[in-house]
Amino acid sequence: MSDGRDEPLLSVSSITKRFGELTANDDIHFEIDRGEIHALLGENGAGKSTLVKILYGSLQPDGGQIRWQGRPVSVSNPAVARRLGIGMVFQHFSLFDALTVTENIALALPKRPRLQVLARDIARVSEEYGLPLNPMAQIHDLSVGQRQRVEIVRCLLQDPQLIIMDEPTSVLTPQEADDLFVTLRRLSGEGRSILYISHRLREVKELCSHVTILRHGKLISTCDPQEETSESLARLMVGNEIRDIRTSVANIAEKRVLLSVRGVSLSADEQFDVALQDISFDVCAGEVCAIAGIAGNGQSELFDALSGERTVENNRIYIDGNDAGAKGINERRKIGAAFVAEERLGHGTAPQETLSLNVLLTQARMNGNGIRGPFIDYGEAAEAKDRICKSFDVRKSSADPRAYELSGGNLQKFVVGREFNRAPKLLVINQPTWGVDAGASAHIRQSLIDLARAGAAVVVISQDLDEIFEIADRVAVLSRGKLTPFTSSRETSRETLGLLLGGAREGEAASAA
Amino acid sequence: MELLEAFVLTVITAATPLLLAATGELVTERAGVLNLGVEGMMLAGAVCAFAAAVTTGSPTLGILAAMVAGVTMAAIFAFFALFLVTNQVATGLALTLFGLGVSGMLGASFVGEPGVKLAAIHLPGLSELPLVGRILFGQDPLVYVSFIILLGVSFLLKRSHIGLVVRAVGDNHHSAHALGYNVLMIRVAAVLFGGLCAGLGGAYLSLVYTPQWTEGMTAGRGWIAVALVVFSSWIPGRLLVGAYLFGAVTLLQFHLQAVGVPIPSQFLSALPYAATVIVLVVISRNRRLLRTHTPAMLGSTFVPDK
Amino acid sequence: MRLELVKRSAEARFLVFASPFIAIAITVLVGAIFFAAIGVDPGRGVYVFFIEPISAWWSIEQLLAKATPLILIGAGLSLCFLSNNWNIGAEGQFIAGALAGSILPVVFYQFEGPLVLPLMLVMGFAGGAFYGLVPAALKTRFGASEILTSLMLVYIAQLFLDWMVRGPWRDPASFGFPKTRTFNDAAVVPTVGPFDIHAGLLIALVASIILFVFLKRTLKGFEVRISGTAPRAATFAGVSNRNMVLFVFAVSGGLAGLAGIIEVAGVAKKLQPVISPGYGFAAIIVAFLGRLNPLGVVFAALLLALTYLGGEAAQLELNVTDKVTRVIQGVVLFAILACDTFILHRVRLVRRGK
Repeated sequence: MSDGRDEPLLSVSSITKRFGELTANDDIHFEIDRGEIHALLGENGAGKSTLVKILYGSLQPDGGQIRWQGRPVSVSNPAVARRLGIGMVFQHFSLFDALTVTENIALALPKRPRLQVLARDIARVSEEYGLPLNPMAQIHDLSVGQRQRVEIVRCLLQDPQLIIMDEPTSVLTPQEADDLFVTLRRLSGEGRSILYISHRLREVKELCSHVTILRHGKLISTCDPQEETSESLARLMVGNEIRDIRTSVANIAEKRVLLSVRGVSLSADEQFDVALQDISFDVCAGEVCAIAGIAGNGQSELFDALSGERTVENNRIYIDGNDAGAKGINERRKIGAAFVAEERLGHGTAPQETLSLNVLLTQARMNGNGIRGPFIDYGEAAEAKDRICKSFDVRKSSADPRAYELSGGNLQKFVVGREFNRAPKLLVINQPTWGVDAGASAHIRQSLIDLARAGAAVVVISQDLDEIFEIADRVAVLSRGKLTPFTSSRETSRETLGLLLGGAREGEAASAA
Repeated sequence: MELLEAFVLTVITAATPLLLAATGELVTERAGVLNLGVEGMMLAGAVCAFAAAVTTGSPTLGILAAMVAGVTMAAIFAFFALFLVTNQVATGLALTLFGLGVSGMLGASFVGEPGVKLAAIHLPGLSELPLVGRILFGQDPLVYVSFIILLGVSFLLKRSHIGLVVRAVGDNHHSAHALGYNVLMIRVAAVLFGGLCAGLGGAYLSLVYTPQWTEGMTAGRGWIAVALVVFSSWIPGRLLVGAYLFGAVTLLQFHLQAVGVPIPSQFLSALPYAATVIVLVVISRNRRLLRTHTPAMLGSTFVPDK
Repeated sequence: MRLELVKRSAEARFLVFASPFIAIAITVLVGAIFFAAIGVDPGRGVYVFFIEPISAWWSIEQLLAKATPLILIGAGLSLCFLSNNWNIGAEGQFIAGALAGSILPVVFYQFEGPLVLPLMLVMGFAGGAFYGLVPAALKTRFGASEILTSLMLVYIAQLFLDWMVRGPWRDPASFGFPKTRTFNDAAVVPTVGPFDIHAGLLIALVASIILFVFLKRTLKGFEVRISGTAPRAATFAGVSNRNMVLFVFAVSGGLAGLAGIIEVAGVAKKLQPVISPGYGFAAIIVAFLGRLNPLGVVFAALLLALTYLGGEAAQLELNVTDKVTRVIQGVVLFAILACDTFILHRVRLVRRGK
C-alpha cells in the first residue's frame, strides 16, 4: 500500500546496545514500510527483545538512530512511543485477573473513557478485526489466546501505525494462531505495519514479507522469506557451523532400563496451562537423553511428574525397576534418583541458608553428608560442601556463603554437584545451563556426560540446542504436551530439531532432513 | 408483633457496629492490604466518642472524635505496613494491642460514668407507623450512615473509576504500577477509610449500644468484622447479610437467656465466636470461590523496583 | 523531595543483631515522650517504669515469675512464626492447658504423691497441644485462616474457663468467690535450690534451650525454618506442608498449655475466671523481639515482663493507670517491626523530577 511517500515507516540504523561486557545489539539496520509484516527472527539470546525494548522506549540505545515517518526521533519512554503510533503487545501480559476486559482496557488508556462507551468500542473493534471478545468477561475466565486478544485490542484502540508483537503464537493453539494471522493480514491491509518477533519459521514464511535475522546480537541477513526455504532460514538463524557433536559413544550394550515412563498424562495446574499427554519413553544406564522444547510446552509438568512433586498412578513411572509413580520425591531419591530443578534459587536451594545446609536439602533424610539420625552434623555437611565445591570449582566469596550470594553459574555448579555427590543412578535435570556463563556451562555439560558413561541414566530437559547436541545421545521434542519419538542425536540435524521446536509436524521435519 | 419488632430492633443495634467496621475493612482489603488492627481502631473510636460526648454533652462531637481517632490509628498502621513495608499481620496485631492500651488509658477516668446516648431520629407520622415505623424511620443516625456507606462503597467499587483503580491495585500491584498508578497512595487512602469506618463502629458501641465505656468493650467485634469480610467474599452486598446474621446470633444469646433456656450464659456468649469459626470453615472449603474472589495481593508487601 | 524505601542488595548484618536493642531504645524514648504527654516527668516516668522493677531482689523474683510463661509461649511461637504459621491463639491454648492440667488437683484432689505434679504438667502440655491442633486442622483440611480461627478459640476458651470455675469446678467452700478449691501441696509447682528459684522458670529455660538446639541442630528444625523462608525448596526437600502445620501448632500449643498449668499451679494454686493478663498476646511480641530465636526469646521475655511490673509501679507511684503496659507493649512491637525492615531496606532521599 502506498500513500504517495516512498519513505519507510520505520528506519533503524546502526543501533547498538551494550550491557557491561555483553553487546546485545551490534550495529543493527533494518526498515519497515507501511503495511508490511516484518519478522524479527532469532534464537533466545539473539538480541530481539533488547532491540524491541529500544523501539518501544523501555531502553535507550548506546548508538544509532531511529527514523519514524522520515524524521529522526528519540523514543525516550513508552508514552512517547504510543504517541508516535507505536503499539506493543507483550509476550507476558500485564492484565488484572479479577477485572473484566473493559475494565482492563480502561485502566491502560490515557484518557478516562466511560465504561459503557468503551465496551461498545471494544465489541466493535474486536469483531471488526476477527478477535471476538466479550467486553464483560473476566480475565481469569479467558484462555491465553483470548487474553492476548485483550492486549491486542487494547493496543488497537490507540490507533497504532506500527504494532510490535513479541512471540505471539508461543501461547496459542494452531487454530488460534490461524485466527491471529487473519487479523494481522487485515491490519496490514489497512496500511498498518507489524513487526513480528518469532522463532517459528513456518509462520514467518506464511505471514511475513520481510525478515530480519539476528544471531548473537548481530544482524545476519534481511531477506524475503517467500524466497527462502525453512531449512535455509533455520541455517541462518542457528548458524552454519557444524559442531563436533560428541566424541564419546554411549555404550548401551546391556540396555538396562533405569527410567521407564509409560503413558503419563497430567492435567494442567492452572486452568489454561499445558498438560502432559500420554508421555512414554525409556532411558537406559549409560546414556544421556535430551528432551528439547521451548518453555511453556509442558517441561515443568514433566519435571514435576518425574521428580515426584506431582505423583501419578501406579504402573506409570518405573525407576530402576521400582514402581515409583505414586511415590514422593524423597522415596524416589532413596531408590537412587536425583533431581535438579529449573529454578536454582527458591526451589533448588533455600536462598537464605548456607551452602552446607543446602546440601541437606536433597539427602532425603538419609544418614551421611551431614545428617546423623535426626541431627545435623555441621562438620560433615561442611565437608560435603567442600567436596562439592572443589570437584565442581564453585567460586564463592567466603567459606560457607548463603545461597543467594553466589553468582548464577556457581550456584548452578553447586546444585548439580550436590546431586553428583549422592552418586545417583538416575539424574533428571531441567535446564542445566540456563543463565550460566560459558565456563560453568562447559563444566556442567562434561560432568553430565561423564556421569552417564559411568553407568547412570541422565535425562536433560533443555531449550538450548547447542547443549543438546553437545551432550545428548538421543533426543526428543516436547511440544504442546506431546513428546516426539526419540532419535539418535547423530541422525538428526539442528534444522530438523529447529523445525520440530518451531511446531512443525513430524512428517514435514523428516522429509526436510 | 411487638416481640418481632423488638427482635428486629435489637438485631439492627447488634449488626450496625459490625457492618460499619467490616465495610471499611472490605475497602482496605480490596486494595490488597490486610489490616488486623480493626479491634484497636474500633476501641479508639469508642473511647474518643465517649470522652468527647461526655465532656461536651454532644454525641455528634463524639462521632466526629471517633472518626478522627479511627483515621489516626489507621495512619499509624499505614506508616508501618505500607511505607516501612513491615509484616502486615504483625503490624495489625501491634495496632490492636496499642489500641487496647491507649483506649484503656484514655477511658480509665470514664469508667462507670453515665453516657450520652445518641438520639434516634424522629420523623413525625412515619416513625409512628405500626411495626415498620421505628424500624425504618426511627433509628439513630449511625444506622442510616452504615447503610449509606455500604451502598456508597458498593456503587463506587463497581462503577466508578476510583473503585476500579482500587480493585486493580488489590489484584495486581505490579501491573498497576507498570500502568503508572501510585500504589502506595491508593492503599493509604483505602486504609484511612477503613480506620474512619472502624472508628464509627466503635462510636456506635459507646454511644448507642451501651452508652458507657468499659475497657475492651468491643469484645472481639473487630476480629469478627475481619472474618465477615472473608465470609462476604469481598462483596459489599454479602457483607450486609453477614453482619445482620451475626447481629442475630449475638442477640440469640440474650433472648435465649431471657426465655430461660437452661444453657449456661457463657456458652451462649460463645455463640458468635463459634459461629465465626464455622463460617470461616464453610467459606474456605470452596477453594475455587475463595481464590477467584480474594484480592490476589492481599497481605503482600510492595516495594516498587527502580 | 521525598523519602523512599529501597531494597538493599544484601542484608545489613549489623542490624540483624542490633535491631532488638535499637527497638528497646526507641521504646524507652517513646515512653518518655508518652509520659511527658500525660503530664508525668519523663525522666521519673522512665525510671519508675523501666528501672525500678529490676532494682530490688523481690521485684526481680516477680520479674522472673512473669517472664516464665512468656518464655515458654514465646519460644513455641517462634517455631510457628518461623514456618509462616500465625498462631494468634496462644492465650486460648494457655487456658486449655491450665484446665487440662488442673483436672487432677480439682477433680481428683485426693491424689497426692510425687507423680501428681509431673502428670499435671504432661496433661497441661497435652491440653494446650490439642487445643492448638484445632486451628491447625482447620487450616490443613479446610484452608481456613489460622489467624482468625485461633483467635476466636481464645474467646471460647476464656468463656469456658469462666463457666468451669463458676460452675462444675467451683470450690464448695468458697462462699461466693468464684474459684476452684486450692491445690494440695503435691500439686503445686515448688521452688528449687538454694535461691528458691521457681521450678517453672527452670522448666521454661530448659524448654527454650531444647528448642534452640532443635532449631539449630536437627534436620526437622531446619525444615521448620525453610518452610517459612523457602516453601518451594521445602517441598523439594520432601517436607509435607500439612505435617509441618500440625507439628508447629502442636508444639506451640503444648508449650502454651504447659505455661498455663505452671502459672496456675505455681502462683495462684487454684483456678480463677481470669488466669492471664494477656500472656498469650504479649508472647507474640516476645517472639518478634527475640527475633524468633528461642534464646533471644528469654531476654525478650524479661523485657516484656518488665513492662508488666512497670505498669504496676506506674500505677502505685505515678498515679498512671496500669493500662500503660499495653501501650508500651504495642510500641515495642511497632519498633521491632520497623527496625527489622531496615535490615533489608534503606531510606533514600529523592528529588522531584527524576
